Amino acid sequence: MRYEAPDTLSGAVALLAGATGEARVLAGGTDLLVQMRADVVDPDLIVDIKRIPETRTVTEENGGWRIGAAVTGAELKEHARLKQAWPGVVEAANLIGSTQVQGRATLGGNLCNGSPAADSVPALIAAGAVATLAGPKGTRDLPVEDVMLGPRQLALTKGEIVVSFLLPPRPPRSSDAYLRFIPRTEMDIAVVGAGVSLTIDGGGTITAARVSLGAVAARVLLVAEAAQAIVGSRLDEAAQKRLDAAARAACRPIDDKRGTVEFRVDVAGVLARRAAVIALDRARGGAANGGGRSH
Amino acid sequence: MAETMTNGHSQGFVGTRTIRPDGVDKVTGRARFGADYNLPGQLIGRVLRSPHPHARIVSIDTSKAEALPGVKAVITRDDFGDQSSEFIPAGEMMMNYKDVIRNVMAREKVLYEGHAVAAVAATSAAVARRALKLIDVKYEVLPHVIDVVEAMRPGAPLLHDDLFTVGVEPKPDKPSNVAKRVEITLGDVEAGFTKADVIVEREFKTAPVHQGYIEPHAALATFSEDGSAELWCTTQGHYIVRAHCARLLGMDIGKLRVTATEIGGGFGGKTTIYLEPLALALSRKAKRPVKMVMSREEVFKATGPTSGATIHVKLGATKDGKFVAAFAELKYQAGAFQGSPVQPGVMCAYAPYDIENVKVIGYDVVSNRPKVAAYRAPGAPISEYAVESVVDEIAKKLGLDGIELRMMNAAHEGTKAAYGPKFGPIGLEETLNSIKKTEHWNTPLRKWQGRGVASGFWFNIGGETSVSLTVNEDGTVSLMVGTPDIGGLRASLAMVAADELGVPYDKVRPIIGDTGSLGFNFLTGGSRSAFSGSMAIVEAAKQIKTELCARAGKLWELKPDQVEFSDGHVRALGASADKFKPMSLADFAKVAGKTGGPIAGSGRINAQGAGPSLGTHLVDLEVDPETGRVTILRYTVAQDAGKALHPAYVEGQFQGGAVQGIGWALNEEYIYGADGKLQNAGFLDYRMPVASDVPKIDAIVVEVANPRHPYGVRGVGETPIVPPLGAIANAMENATGIRFTELPMSPPKVLKALKEKAASGKA
Amino acid sequence: MAKHHVEAIVNGDAVEFLCETEETLLDVLRDTLHLTGSKEGCASGDCGACSVTLDGRLVCSCLVLGCEVGGRHIETIEGLARGEALHPLQQHFLEHAALQCGICTPGFLVAAKSLLERHPDPTETEIRYWLAGNLCRCTGYDKIISAVQDAAAAMRKG
Repeated sequence: MRYEAPDTLSGAVALLAGATGEARVLAGGTDLLVQMRADVVDPDLIVDIKRIPETRTVTEENGGWRIGAAVTGAELKEHARLKQAWPGVVEAANLIGSTQVQGRATLGGNLCNGSPAADSVPALIAAGAVATLAGPKGTRDLPVEDVMLGPRQLALTKGEIVVSFLLPPRPPRSSDAYLRFIPRTEMDIAVVGAGVSLTIDGGGTITAARVSLGAVAARVLLVAEAAQAIVGSRLDEAAQKRLDAAARAACRPIDDKRGTVEFRVDVAGVLARRAAVIALDRARGGAANGGGRSH
Repeated sequence: MAETMTNGHSQGFVGTRTIRPDGVDKVTGRARFGADYNLPGQLIGRVLRSPHPHARIVSIDTSKAEALPGVKAVITRDDFGDQSSEFIPAGEMMMNYKDVIRNVMAREKVLYEGHAVAAVAATSAAVARRALKLIDVKYEVLPHVIDVVEAMRPGAPLLHDDLFTVGVEPKPDKPSNVAKRVEITLGDVEAGFTKADVIVEREFKTAPVHQGYIEPHAALATFSEDGSAELWCTTQGHYIVRAHCARLLGMDIGKLRVTATEIGGGFGGKTTIYLEPLALALSRKAKRPVKMVMSREEVFKATGPTSGATIHVKLGATKDGKFVAAFAELKYQAGAFQGSPVQPGVMCAYAPYDIENVKVIGYDVVSNRPKVAAYRAPGAPISEYAVESVVDEIAKKLGLDGIELRMMNAAHEGTKAAYGPKFGPIGLEETLNSIKKTEHWNTPLRKWQGRGVASGFWFNIGGETSVSLTVNEDGTVSLMVGTPDIGGLRASLAMVAADELGVPYDKVRPIIGDTGSLGFNFLTGGSRSAFSGSMAIVEAAKQIKTELCARAGKLWELKPDQVEFSDGHVRALGASADKFKPMSLADFAKVAGKTGGPIAGSGRINAQGAGPSLGTHLVDLEVDPETGRVTILRYTVAQDAGKALHPAYVEGQFQGGAVQGIGWALNEEYIYGADGKLQNAGFLDYRMPVASDVPKIDAIVVEVANPRHPYGVRGVGETPIVPPLGAIANAMENATGIRFTELPMSPPKVLKALKEKAASGKA
Repeated sequence: MAKHHVEAIVNGDAVEFLCETEETLLDVLRDTLHLTGSKEGCASGDCGACSVTLDGRLVCSCLVLGCEVGGRHIETIEGLARGEALHPLQQHFLEHAALQCGICTPGFLVAAKSLLERHPDPTETEIRYWLAGNLCRCTGYDKIISAVQDAAAAMRKG
């Protein structure tokens, strides 16, 4: 098993594009090492991208934020201004695993692991994040919702890696929230995840929204109907009911050891509602601290 | 250097909160657990495990593995002689050597996914892993059965064609998966039910749960050419390991020396053998030391959880609340080989109560899962969950609170238990009163919050114990015991030795001796180690004190009744008191050689008189009605310790058992697919409580002295896991109005039940 | 494939070692550097018994490769006590009987030290959530939390 740690993007791309056997990108390692130990994957080549500067920085860009794919959840949490602009994205990244896991886990890794239950992905999709990919043919941008096509299935071609995410500029009176349902209080994979990002006008009416659901289908969903359900409203009870119904309708979940179909559908509606309430409160300037937890 | 917390004087340590003598090593990482041991030149051993839940082994070809460079030995069933049927005690359960050898290494069949089929020893873990892939096993896959009720049906896939149900008349002529039927009876339940004004009858179901110790099994073996061997392993009973391994390897017990390493949790799961005989057999074959450590996945797939069960309960009471008839039928699944804890489950089901008419029946049933192993009060949490739930329902029907009803029926001194004995003094009523007096009990609740109370019983055991107590040349004391310390035992026993000999606590150094150093010791389990160990220390100290008095008598030319041992010294009594300066242990030690030789005592007993420990738990919880999620808000334990040698470690047992119970009640379960394979063989999806899942656990130590122990001690380790299941189920009923009869009460189940209740309310 | 040659700093000491690509930092600490204080409970980042800090960041050493730590600072349980003096956390764990079998204790101590370095005055809830990645099966967490609370108070007094 070969280990390489290039310090340039082109170096990483060349290694991956030229790999003859099984090659894997290493960012935080919180999925890859577990899979290696469980004999699920036996890579011939590991490409560690953490020495590539573009993957490790958080910078403001044209009013938005560019987050390197290999920035850890813990580092995001310590970035005060990013946290203020995108509390949902930051709290989602900091729900992955434990404090120890958050010390290593990254947004890039969480997305590219290809699990529809990934915690940070619904928050990124709700935020309208765009992934910048680098590959042998050059760089390209892809909305995050188009990166994960199904379980372990990515839209990346051979040699392509996710370099960074761009979060769009934030209109005033905007905020986001991410909630997940887990049976314990920590440490579980999300049974349902809901990310909501919204903007309100001076009167408190929602003028724009994006709603994303995780762990309820083969990929993380961007649910346009759920957003439509609340745009133009002040998230009154009727709007919340519509949101709940739209979220439920979008689910195409499975029965597995973490939850039943029925349960996931019910909880998707509940979490979409609750996440929207928190996002709204934050957009109003409130200090709503969902912390990402369903309670 | 860490200061030993003493109360300043050399007596009266028992009952104080001393710093444990093995503590500094444990907080610095110096303490050596099973996987921390290494020997020069050691090989790494790994096990090949069955991918099928049930299959006949047609052939095993190890030739390619043996040929791989770096592989020094490969073993299969052919490397072990068969064992004839013989039952032996294992903790508080029984096991059979014919089954043990087959569980350790499959012979005719594999009976669960994860069943050991072969093992290799190689120069590295990587080579060992590759070697396993080269072993070619041909299986004839057979239909499997997982659930206990399914396994009992005629026509169910048969695990053993020589298993005929014991305890039924007439004796069956066809084999089945039902190994045993047991029954206890007191009075006449049929008649009793006719006197009942209220009867509640319910069926309950629980899933298998694992002990969940954080340290996987580990063993390091080295065999010599003269047929002697040494073994280091993480175990609750190294003498038991020695006996089993010697038997399986066909060697004299005296030729095998077993050292118990520090142990990272056991809870009953390390009272049997898995890797140990394999490591020994590999070492014997390879002529080099062999180290074996289980992965977490192996721990879940191949070591005993406790049973899953179906329980049928019927309880009758008068309108005043007196229980008049109690019936239960328990069906416990044993895993691949017989030996579920259905017997203790039967014994304990109604033991907290004084009932004239009791009948409890139990079935021990095999199925294609790992062989169950003991888990903290084995069998009792399951049966008592069902009984405590029904007690709660009766309370509700009669308009009594849970404490009142239990108080009315509480077993007490003189109560005849349905399983046989008449109780001596026991503390159930005291624990009920303690709970009643708490602020917890009297705090109001809000909507969707619920409160539940439940009591629990465990009988505790004594057993064979050997200790040695030595006075060193400088008057310090060495204490050697033979029961592995799984939770602070050395502190308690050192305190007893210190008080018995009247020396400061930090002058007593306790160690766990290996099997070569002491007479036989039964394992650490059954809540026996502090109880029996302290009793044996009293014996050993008595010998020393008698000996020293005799030596003083000789020196001072006094008769035995003119000297006495008190407060760490031998003193002359009466008229001679002023003539002779009292002699301390150190004084005697200085002249030991000249006055009779080394000063030591030994305690070799079969400890009798273990008293039951009863407890009552109180829990508040809150249910999220939209998701079914349960949050434990508050938890109080009151339990009778007889005498708490070390209050902090007694409290720790209460708290630890309570939290295991919380996990069992809410989220822990073995999840099997239709293919008979375990789907959650890791800590991610086998959901044990984490720190943020639970509040502080208030621990009330009740002390109703056990008159048969010199300090009044009762074992405390197991009872704490018995009440939580019932208490939490009762709190759920209080919060939701729904009686949950299936564990765990995980969110999907809870939400579904809430929705059904809401729907039926509207109809 | 030749082994990696790695130089790093462990508990303040310069070390060098060889490792295969697939060996984790935990494997290296335990089997090559003979620092067996960090424990393997699961090898999948779910139990925290292998907790160390990497350049001051709390991580599971089973989720880090040995070949990743060149030039980095690693602190393990063995580095907690300074000379003969125990760290206040170690002392309070002993006094509170916050350990029963002790296998999870190194992980908890490393994790708690990391917590108090960043948050010297945490609430009980903050302590519990920070330590949620450290499993304990013996204590029910009660005395561990009390020990951390008291150690934090003692350390704030200075």
